Amino acid sequence: MATAFKESIHTAVNNANLTGALGRFSEAYRVGRAKAYEGIDFEEVRGRIAEVKGYAAGHLDELAGIFTKNAEARGATVFRTSDPHAVNQYILNLARENGVKSVVKSKSMASEEIHLNQRLEEAGLTVNETDLGEWIVQLAGERPSHMVMPAIHLTKEQVADIFSKEVNERLAADIPALVKLARNELRTKFLNAEMGISGANIAVAETGSIVIVTNEGNARLVTTLPKTHVAIVGVEKLVAHFTDILPILTALPRSATAQLLTSYVSIITGPSPNPDGSLKNLHIVLMDNHRTQMADDPMFKEALQCIRCASCLNVCPVFRLVGGHVFGKTYTGGIGTILTAWFDELTKSEEIQGLCIQCGNCVDVCPGKVPIPDMILELRRRLAKQQGPSLKEKAAFGIVNNRRLFHAMLRAASTVQKPFAKDGFIRHLPMFLSDLCEFRSLPAVAEVPFRDRFLKIRQPASKEKVAFYAGCLIDFAYPETGEAVVKVLNKAGFQVVFPEEQTCCGAPARFSGAYEVAAGNATANIDALLKEDAAYVVSACPTCTVALKHDFTKTFVSLGMAEHVPRAAALAAKVIDFSTLAKKLVDEGRLTLAEGNHLAKITYHDSCHLKKTLKADRAPRELLGKAGYEVTEMFESDMCCGMGGSYSLKLPEISAPILRRKLTNIKSTGAAIVAMDCPGCAMQIRGGLDKDGAPIEVRHTAELIADRILPGPTR
Amino acid sequence: MPHLFDTFKTRAEAVSAEVHRFGLRGEALDFIVDLLRAEGVADARGSRAVWVPGSLLDGVDRCRLREQIPGLTFHVTQEAAEASKVGITQMEWAIANTGTLVTDAAPVERRLASALPVIHVAVLATDAIEPDMPAVLTRIHPDRSGYISMITGPSRTADIERVLTIGVHGPSRLVIVFIDELGRN
Repeated sequence: MATAFKESIHTAVNNANLTGALGRFSEAYRVGRAKAYEGIDFEEVRGRIAEVKGYAAGHLDELAGIFTKNAEARGATVFRTSDPHAVNQYILNLARENGVKSVVKSKSMASEEIHLNQRLEEAGLTVNETDLGEWIVQLAGERPSHMVMPAIHLTKEQVADIFSKEVNERLAADIPALVKLARNELRTKFLNAEMGISGANIAVAETGSIVIVTNEGNARLVTTLPKTHVAIVGVEKLVAHFTDILPILTALPRSATAQLLTSYVSIITGPSPNPDGSLKNLHIVLMDNHRTQMADDPMFKEALQCIRCASCLNVCPVFRLVGGHVFGKTYTGGIGTILTAWFDELTKSEEIQGLCIQCGNCVDVCPGKVPIPDMILELRRRLAKQQGPSLKEKAAFGIVNNRRLFHAMLRAASTVQKPFAKDGFIRHLPMFLSDLCEFRSLPAVAEVPFRDRFLKIRQPASKEKVAFYAGCLIDFAYPETGEAVVKVLNKAGFQVVFPEEQTCCGAPARFSGAYEVAAGNATANIDALLKEDAAYVVSACPTCTVALKHDFTKTFVSLGMAEHVPRAAALAAKVIDFSTLAKKLVDEGRLTLAEGNHLAKITYHDSCHLKKTLKADRAPRELLGKAGYEVTEMFESDMCCGMGGSYSLKLPEISAPILRRKLTNIKSTGAAIVAMDCPGCAMQIRGGLDKDGAPIEVRHTAELIADRILPGPTR
Repeated sequence: MPHLFDTFKTRAEAVSAEVHRFGLRGEALDFIVDLLRAEGVADARGSRAVWVPGSLLDGVDRCRLREQIPGLTFHVTQEAAEASKVGITQMEWAIANTGTLVTDAAPVERRLASALPVIHVAVLATDAIEPDMPAVLTRIHPDRSGYISMITGPSRTADIERVLTIGVHGPSRLVIVFIDELGRN
């Protein structure tokens, strides 16, 4: 990664103001958002939004036409263009024609996308942002760091400094006084401006209306006082029908700021009277800037369902550490990465797409049902295709794709690591490898991998078979987890088979955009696992489970390898994660946990893939509770641990603080054991606790329940 | 409809609006006059009051009101509203489950009086409360109103250190006056 980008990350994560403000906000946001949605069926609301916006994305041209006709029938002038420069020129011409010297703006991301302010100022116009946060950022000569809260990175002291310079007077860092000053300063500008520029949150084709949502009341003044009003509207803001605004107005304030409704919602249709009785000179600019191209790309069309609430930023474990500035562009966070790749160009997303740790938090909260992590992977894939993988990645994936070589190297590593390994950990590595264990110890490669230990397990014979997919970490680092899985399934009357030809699940390759490598892994695993006549294919690694169950198909689809999809689906139908299977067997009476015990107080960490993709957060808790463990919930139990596969190697400066938060939350419970279902999380958290020195055990759910099962009924 | 009013009141007060209810128009008028006096409304720049006439003023002697409150005007211009501390408007609808007021704000006086002064007094009939936004949007439609305004609490921001601060570009006080007798207009 380029040094400048790494430096911007370094600056951000070490900016206590920023990480403090964003961290506190993200914690409060979660609570506030949940409260705002009380009594609302979020799934229903976002289903409707996805429907109306999805329809619009599929009919952009048609809806733009209808909107234009209806808005013009009401007296507005509509300018449609795909060219951002044409927007700037149009507004500049309007300003000239109408003798405009001074412009007031309410928030418009679209105008920032095309650097409108700069163009107008170059032409000698005075432009004032009037949204408080935007004005602060404008005066500071900075860029917004958050889509909804542009100045969240600044303290009140810094704002006082910025305002002091503007008014030539020493101001105190008193927030109400600073807000009052902004009111007074900007009021004069409102009253003197000849042109008001706004954005729009929704544009309704059926009525030719624009809908503007604000809290401060600046948009009401921008659209009322100056004689000319220009609204810059991205075509993705279009909806077909007036009633389509309902689900959007239900979700937008709740998701953006945890409000039931913002202070002001203005629905403007055609020109209304100006204060002097004349009619408003109303211009609506429908701006495309690659949106139609996006709509035509099946992998990205759903991005147009975004309502710009920024909830994907607010729940992102990475965003709350780095803020918006590292994204370097108008749009930030997960959705910002995607928009930048399209509105700007693909290569502009090269560095920022790497920030996504693929935890899926944003998928849970997105009111537009935009599959942000999948889209970021698709960007990664296209970038990799365009530029080719790095030499290091090429070498690594060359090995992963050759199972024999890959496994031979892992075995060799267990010998080579000997000088560095102690008690199953590697705590220090020499020279250029030293970064790898700076914030967490690494697990030593097991002397005897699971595939060899498996041969020595004596299993009761059974006609019912389960195929075990170990995955690299269980096979080569944590074979004891695999043994526990076998033990549990044996007690339920299954014989476990371990297809030797199974290899890496392909997740590392897929997450790096090397889809061809992932497809190779997928084919090899499908062959190996379907060869066995097993009732289930079980994995005790959620990342592997998701790969087997969902990603093989997605990879094939992305690469246009449709002929492989049926076999991937056949495998997917059999794939199940360990805890869901064990819970199912308990419910079916095939497994009996020794109840009535009072075992240790434990806490449970939800692994991203298990909870967010497989929706299996209840099963492990129920199993552990039944076994007699007292499960105490930690704060943010379902927040990523910072592992993210190779993410923790590529961006240790982000992975480390995410892990630190997780460790703090684990320790605060006072539990002696932290349970989880993912060997990847176990590697990260175990390594962190080892460095930290806290005497807390990290155990896989399979290990914790393996000894608590009563001898099963003989079958 | 006591239920709708209670819901409205709870929700509006939760976002810092002040909610009052009177049975008779006369009581409401007295309340507003008292409020204007208490706020020191006078014939001086920044202390005036603008009132956009609505059905509450039907049959009311406006000259007498102006005598009672020097600085009050019913002729709402940008200059008058900008020089006013208090703006009074009548609203057509309210939404109970969000504590929202809804009005056809195409007449510019309504926007000026509700946006420029520090205090906005909103007058409406108690039976103008609808349960939710879908219900209100069957009553008011862009085909008939060029500028629909929805107002939920006073103007607010959290742009500095996320500290909620009331009163940025719009009013810092929203006083809502429900009148049972007013009936729908």
